[in-house]
Amino acid sequence: MMSPLLEIDNLGVTFSTRRGLVEALRGVSLSLQSGEMLGLVGESGSGKSVTGFAVTGLLDKAGRITAGRVKFKGQDITRASGAELRNLHGANMAMIFQNPRAALNPIRPVGAQISDAILSHRRLSKQEARAEALKLLHAVQIRDPERRLDAYPHELSGGMCQRVMIAIAISCNPSLLIADEPTTGLDVTTQKVVMDLLARVVAERGMTTILITHDLCLAAHYCRRVVVMEQGRLVEEGAPQTLFRAPQHAYTKRLVASSPTATSRVGDLVPADEALSVLEVKERPTPAPGTPPLLDVQHIVKRFDDGAAAVADFSMTMAAGESVGLVGESGSGKSTTARMICRLIDPSEGDILFDGYSIAKLPARDFHRSSLRKEIQIVFQDPHESLNPRFTAFDCIAHPLLRLTGLRPGDALRSRVEECADRVGLPRELLSRFPHQLSGGQKARIGIARAIACRPRLLVLDEPTAALDVSVQAVVLQLLDRLRREDNLAFLFVSHDLNVVRMMCSRTIVLRAGGIVEQGESLALFTNPQTDYTRELIEAIPHIDSPTSLLPA
Amino acid sequence: MSLTETSSGLRHAVWVLRGNLVTATAAAGAILLALIAIFGPMLVPYDPVASDVPRALQPPSALHWAGTDQLGRDVFSRLIVATRLDLAIAVTAVSVSFVIGAVIGSLCGYVGGKLDRAIGRFVDVLMAFPLFVLAMAMVAALGNRVENIVIATAIINLPFYIRFARAEVNVRRNLGWVEAARACGDGHVSVVLRFLLPNVLPAMAVQMSLNLGWAILNAAGLSFIGLGVKPPTPEWGIMVAEGARFISTGRWWLVSFPGLALMLAVLCFNLLGDGLRDILDPRMRT
Repeated sequence: MMSPLLEIDNLGVTFSTRRGLVEALRGVSLSLQSGEMLGLVGESGSGKSVTGFAVTGLLDKAGRITAGRVKFKGQDITRASGAELRNLHGANMAMIFQNPRAALNPIRPVGAQISDAILSHRRLSKQEARAEALKLLHAVQIRDPERRLDAYPHELSGGMCQRVMIAIAISCNPSLLIADEPTTGLDVTTQKVVMDLLARVVAERGMTTILITHDLCLAAHYCRRVVVMEQGRLVEEGAPQTLFRAPQHAYTKRLVASSPTATSRVGDLVPADEALSVLEVKERPTPAPGTPPLLDVQHIVKRFDDGAAAVADFSMTMAAGESVGLVGESGSGKSTTARMICRLIDPSEGDILFDGYSIAKLPARDFHRSSLRKEIQIVFQDPHESLNPRFTAFDCIAHPLLRLTGLRPGDALRSRVEECADRVGLPRELLSRFPHQLSGGQKARIGIARAIACRPRLLVLDEPTAALDVSVQAVVLQLLDRLRREDNLAFLFVSHDLNVVRMMCSRTIVLRAGGIVEQGESLALFTNPQTDYTRELIEAIPHIDSPTSLLPA
Repeated sequence: MSLTETSSGLRHAVWVLRGNLVTATAAAGAILLALIAIFGPMLVPYDPVASDVPRALQPPSALHWAGTDQLGRDVFSRLIVATRLDLAIAVTAVSVSFVIGAVIGSLCGYVGGKLDRAIGRFVDVLMAFPLFVLAMAMVAALGNRVENIVIATAIINLPFYIRFARAEVNVRRNLGWVEAARACGDGHVSVVLRFLLPNVLPAMAVQMSLNLGWAILNAAGLSFIGLGVKPPTPEWGIMVAEGARFISTGRWWLVSFPGLALMLAVLCFNLLGDGLRDILDPRMRT
């Protein structure tokens, strides 16, 4: 066997922060053979990105390598000088980052940015570099590359920008490519296209790749070897099929269990000893036929100022206690629809009946005074930015109670807020903290507690777990499901994650470009989609079980 | 909640000041200035306006720490007494422009559209004038009184606050917690006043502190060219203006001490501004 391309030996990295030194990596050892694609999987704070940065020498100033060595082609790069590192970057190793739009310079055409990367490491004339850039755009399969060469990043979609990033990364034929969450934030279909492309490009060029991701299934789909990290340590390593079918380490077990798959149920996501007793709370019987629906949306349309329709003719009904999923890719109008139903924005046409009352006629500007405001509440996507940074957790949960129920500050309010915190599993001592002092999962709980504080009948959930780690997502999903059963809440669950929607919702509506493509019982829709678009969406989800067919044997 | 809030806020302020000597010095200076402004006039050794011609133009001595001026008035006493007036003009002017600017700016940033464009152009026009000349013109037109100096200073500061508040509110208006506030039953007005404004205050407090120094200079500048406070009222700008006549004959103390007072006051507020953000931002607390 030939010597490995990259050898990480007992690597330790610490960051100095206001609270003292934080150990980000504690003795990580890894080796990579030439041409291999390694998956580095873990949740936030596991040290997977830090590993990538340490290898490329891009750790920020607060971070320091305290122990171990990183040997690249036999050379110890932890002791390399700045000039040596610069030589190494691009020509020998390259990185692809999570947010392609942020990684590209917004005021330079993408072609020029690819040429820059080429020119910094190779002696070529400008024309030659441009020709080379064009070839690269062909290689990453950008349509009409001659024209795109002079396009600015904002003129390209997220997937296109990521392809440009890939083109830049491979421009100097590096032997090592580190892809740090390359498709997070892209739609599933785009993710599939970009990842397939990446896998093919690196295979063709014989590049060694480290794929850093939080998505087990993605790593399983594209890598032959996967390493699981937790709190700066490697906990388990192996081929994805064996690793994920029969995990050995407790953390891997938990991670595998909490990743939603095509067949998992809400109750399975968390190990039995920690699971909330979801099923103890029985589903209420469906209301008798003929009962008027809780929500009746009739042909709503949302037009922008320029006349383009974000949502065109959307209709649906929902019974009390029912859970309906709204899925679609970015730009499908699902968030706009959710906000119209939640009466935060006004539909241009159509009517919304809640409990038989028309609520679309009352402008969103005045809806906060309506007595139905407290009946329809919303949980927002990003728990980090949906809490006022100047409010404590207590203030956040108390806010709707003060505004909508007429409770005044005092013991009654305090006990009501504490009761809400108990229901969502937020420890009472955290109520005096500010959002930045809490973890993502705790913030998500506050967002949910705030939404259920006034005991609404309809809860709109706008991607409530999209910003959370899978193990936290699992707990939050269970929590939501229990709350729904306890209060006979109706859920309108907006999500791009089809596996989550399938678990949470009895009925699913698929949206595309502002219109309904397909709707029906979740189970039927996912097992037997009637339209090509839905099928495409479902097939684009990476599965742990899917074969790594894309890699050459 | 308010009690724990204040004590943790205080602890945080102490923490920031201990780690940052410059901010701590500037804060101490600002507090000292405020104390002088409040209690100074009661403590001064001489009447700041009583002339004593036989003792005119004496250099600094044990009796007159900063010497005497052409009418024999004690320069040190005048300096101390002037602090109140200069600070009062600056603080009032900056507060007025802060309150008006923050409200107008937040509205522009939140509402956007025509209102934003109209007010934006008005602000552009205001800023296109040389601001000091604009202040001179206003005082000349309105009359040489303290209120008018305050108004003029407030108006020339206004565009900065409007722009600042507008930009800060504009980047926040689509955040989740703004929508959440509306779902919790707040109307637009309440969202702006109770949610957005408090969140842009830390950044604006920095601006205020920086502006305070500038406003002191501006008020002194107006007095210097004879458009501000009238003699014999003790005021730093007038003192520099009057002392300037004697500089050629070597009476350096008449100009140097009020000049130094001005410089230190401006420096204090400018340096304080930098540290203030760290103190006021709750996210910096842990």
